[in-house]
Amino acid sequence: MSDAQRPTDDHVPGDDEFEPVQVFPEAEEMDLRPGADNCYKCSTCDTNCPVAEVDEEFPGPKFQGPEQWRLKRQEDHDIDDSVLKCSNCMRCDHACPSEVPLSQMHNTARGEYVERQMNKFSREYVRNRILANYGTFAPLGAMFPRLANFVMGLSITRWLGEKTLGFAGDREFPEFATQTFRSWWAERGGAQVENPDKRIAYFHGCYSNYNTPEVGKALVRVFEHLGYEIMVPKQRCSGTPMYANGMLQDAKRAAEVNVPELAAAIDDGADVIASCTSCSMSLRQEYPELFDIDGVEDVSENTWEALEYLRVHEDLETELEGTSADLGEFAYHAPCHARNQGLDGQAVEVLATIDGVEAHDVGDSCSGISGTYGWKEEHYETSMKIGEEMFEHMEQVDGEAGLTECPTCAMQMEHGTGYEITHPLEVLEAALVGTE
Amino acid sequence: MAIEDDVLVIGGGLAGATAALAAAERDAQVRLISYKQSTLRHASGLIDVLGYPSADLAASGEAARADGGERTDDGSRSTADPRSAGGPLADPFEALSDLPEGHPYERVGADAVREALLFFDSVAGDAYRGGHTDANALVPTHGGTVKPTARYPAAVAPGLASDRRDALLVGFETLPDFDAPLSAGHLEAAGVPFRTRGVTLRFPGIERDDAKVTRYAHLLDRNEAVDSGAGDAPARTALAEAVRPHLDGEGRVGFPPILGDDNHDVVRRDLEERLGVEVFEVPSGPPSLPGMRLEDLLYDAMADAGVRVTTGVPVVDYEADGGDRIDRVLVDRKGRDVPYRADQYVLATGGLVGKGVRSERDRVFEPIFDCHVAHAADRYDWFVDDAFGDHPFARFGLAVDRDLRPLDADDDREFENLRAAGAVLGGYDFAAEKSGSGVSLATGYVAGRRAGEEVSG
Repeated sequence: MSDAQRPTDDHVPGDDEFEPVQVFPEAEEMDLRPGADNCYKCSTCDTNCPVAEVDEEFPGPKFQGPEQWRLKRQEDHDIDDSVLKCSNCMRCDHACPSEVPLSQMHNTARGEYVERQMNKFSREYVRNRILANYGTFAPLGAMFPRLANFVMGLSITRWLGEKTLGFAGDREFPEFATQTFRSWWAERGGAQVENPDKRIAYFHGCYSNYNTPEVGKALVRVFEHLGYEIMVPKQRCSGTPMYANGMLQDAKRAAEVNVPELAAAIDDGADVIASCTSCSMSLRQEYPELFDIDGVEDVSENTWEALEYLRVHEDLETELEGTSADLGEFAYHAPCHARNQGLDGQAVEVLATIDGVEAHDVGDSCSGISGTYGWKEEHYETSMKIGEEMFEHMEQVDGEAGLTECPTCAMQMEHGTGYEITHPLEVLEAALVGTE
Repeated sequence: MAIEDDVLVIGGGLAGATAALAAAERDAQVRLISYKQSTLRHASGLIDVLGYPSADLAASGEAARADGGERTDDGSRSTADPRSAGGPLADPFEALSDLPEGHPYERVGADAVREALLFFDSVAGDAYRGGHTDANALVPTHGGTVKPTARYPAAVAPGLASDRRDALLVGFETLPDFDAPLSAGHLEAAGVPFRTRGVTLRFPGIERDDAKVTRYAHLLDRNEAVDSGAGDAPARTALAEAVRPHLDGEGRVGFPPILGDDNHDVVRRDLEERLGVEVFEVPSGPPSLPGMRLEDLLYDAMADAGVRVTTGVPVVDYEADGGDRIDRVLVDRKGRDVPYRADQYVLATGGLVGKGVRSERDRVFEPIFDCHVAHAADRYDWFVDDAFGDHPFARFGLAVDRDLRPLDADDDREFENLRAAGAVLGGYDFAAEKSGSGVSLATGYVAGRRAGEEVSG
């Protein structure tokens, strides 16, 4: 594990001569120490934790991070099982005034808990493994999408899922698209623009491949419209659902596929672009925090979220001047992982230039689904309680359509309000390229 | 390409938000970037201007500007307790003219302090009180002290120490930060002109010893059904029922500041109606809901004013324009430096706690622009032995000209288009003076207004 490699008190020139973690011989192992001593217990993280706000049982990020680490200094202390209640929204990272790497601590603690303390034959473990490895199971569904959607949509399937495996029975399984993004890409013959000077490697992730290929297609059309050559390297899941379930070994195996593939694309002059903010968060922050793989820093430094990339590399505002799209009012929700990358408000700013579109930010509430979290029977209620504020704010906005970058936030938004949810790239596509 | 705006404010606390709002009033396109959430979440929510006079004027002037500094024989600096020098101040404005050169209030002038308060009043509206008078209000705090302050949340108003009605303070077993009987005892010892008692109760619906303050607020905001001891009841009803038997003719009841967040006003009115007396909050330490409500108020105002807000990422560096202008700053978005460009910049990154001023064993510095921070070469001169003494480190920060532009060691401007505001400034000790939020407001207002004027003018 390389979690000792990032200086914990970042951004200070010249403070890298001494890293206290190096004095401890066990620093080679998974260790919750980095940054624990920076915590002065102001508890700001606790007041930001959406789970602690609605669930009295959850002891909060301060306990899960620095306090748990201190307890762990005594050999006979196990990781507390409450770490499974953390939804990995990473709001605590954003809250901490002292740069304590809270989410990194939570990820490592959860990994250790699952590896050493969890019964590998338990229903919960099996269920979590399935959720975390959605990308491994999805190809089956995608092979026979209509059948899969029919079976998954049956109430008996949902009832069985809840009774046998602990999936939240009230959730509708996301529909598989009739054609995956990758097969659409192959069918159209890959890239239609060649350009050695403007090249991107698209990290589509599982969801836009299997469930919402329209997002991937929108990205392709927008970037090609602006003259980019697009590569679609071989890839696996970004790892986000695996961290959240403590399946760090699964995440590492996926990263060991992704990093070399993406690094090779970078060598070919491409920048890595993601359309899902949890995917870009994972490649940028969690990979170098958790894994020691050749090229991992290179991938982190050259990964961008799609809209962010265009804002910095193109004159997007001039590009959008005078465009229009007849889409009306959107309630925009900034995903927690977008906020942590400085992308909150970005969609609202960019889309403001387009005629006929208005996006209203519904504020800083958390959707509550947090990837696989809200899919678990035991967390369903918590997830919906967290989301309640967002649902209310969405309903206050004129119009009945939602907008967000995150596929699971989108599921929750739809589940809680019945609104149809769009990705900002689709709006951009409508304005720049027009819909076909 | 860079992401472009007219004015870029770095820092999302009271100073930064005020600067952004003041600049936006001048029709500039403003962006505010904040890395971590601001220390407003640690703040009481009170707006102090000046509660106690500045300590030894000569010593403070020297501490703010000196690079050397002599130690006295016993290794300490002046240990004058500011409180013995007179205070609390009844009228903060009378004392402003006595402040030493280099104090942020001296830099902007008393008129600007007044204008900034009026500006704050216009933003805060009904949420804050105290604008009717120049005099300081005396607000009871959770420790049972009485704090002189200029503006206070509406929820604090019925609790003022100048009010002669008797008060009941209610604390909760699971909230050890507010010991109501102890606080009441301290208040009486401090000589408040009314009788005050404290009781400690169980908060209906809270079992956990360390439940988060947001959990209490959420229960009351949503009026969730809780176990009242006699069956389930809505949280506000259950709370009022728990408090009622303890009322003994008092005209007001004080709670720790947990009475709701988004629906705070409704929660308080509901409790007042059920109890038949006025209900107030006693400000306490972090994490603080009044601080969070103030943050929400400012961020809502920024959204209304069209300020663009970017959070979660730090500004780490800058590129100069060849000369003495900042061309762009670089924002670290998880390993990638992204450029942001503006015409004018405001630095409002906070002090030692907010990390706008940093220290290592042998130096004190400002990490983004490396603006000059005066401090003694020997770190043993950064503090005095008396824990409550006049510590030089409390005044560490940037020295600025009267236009709030940071000055280098030779008193020359560091940059043409950079102003600084709030706790990143040096030359004042907000903890001793009780001047933190007033300085942030006044300097944030002036820095933002000037930045906005230069853009549009």
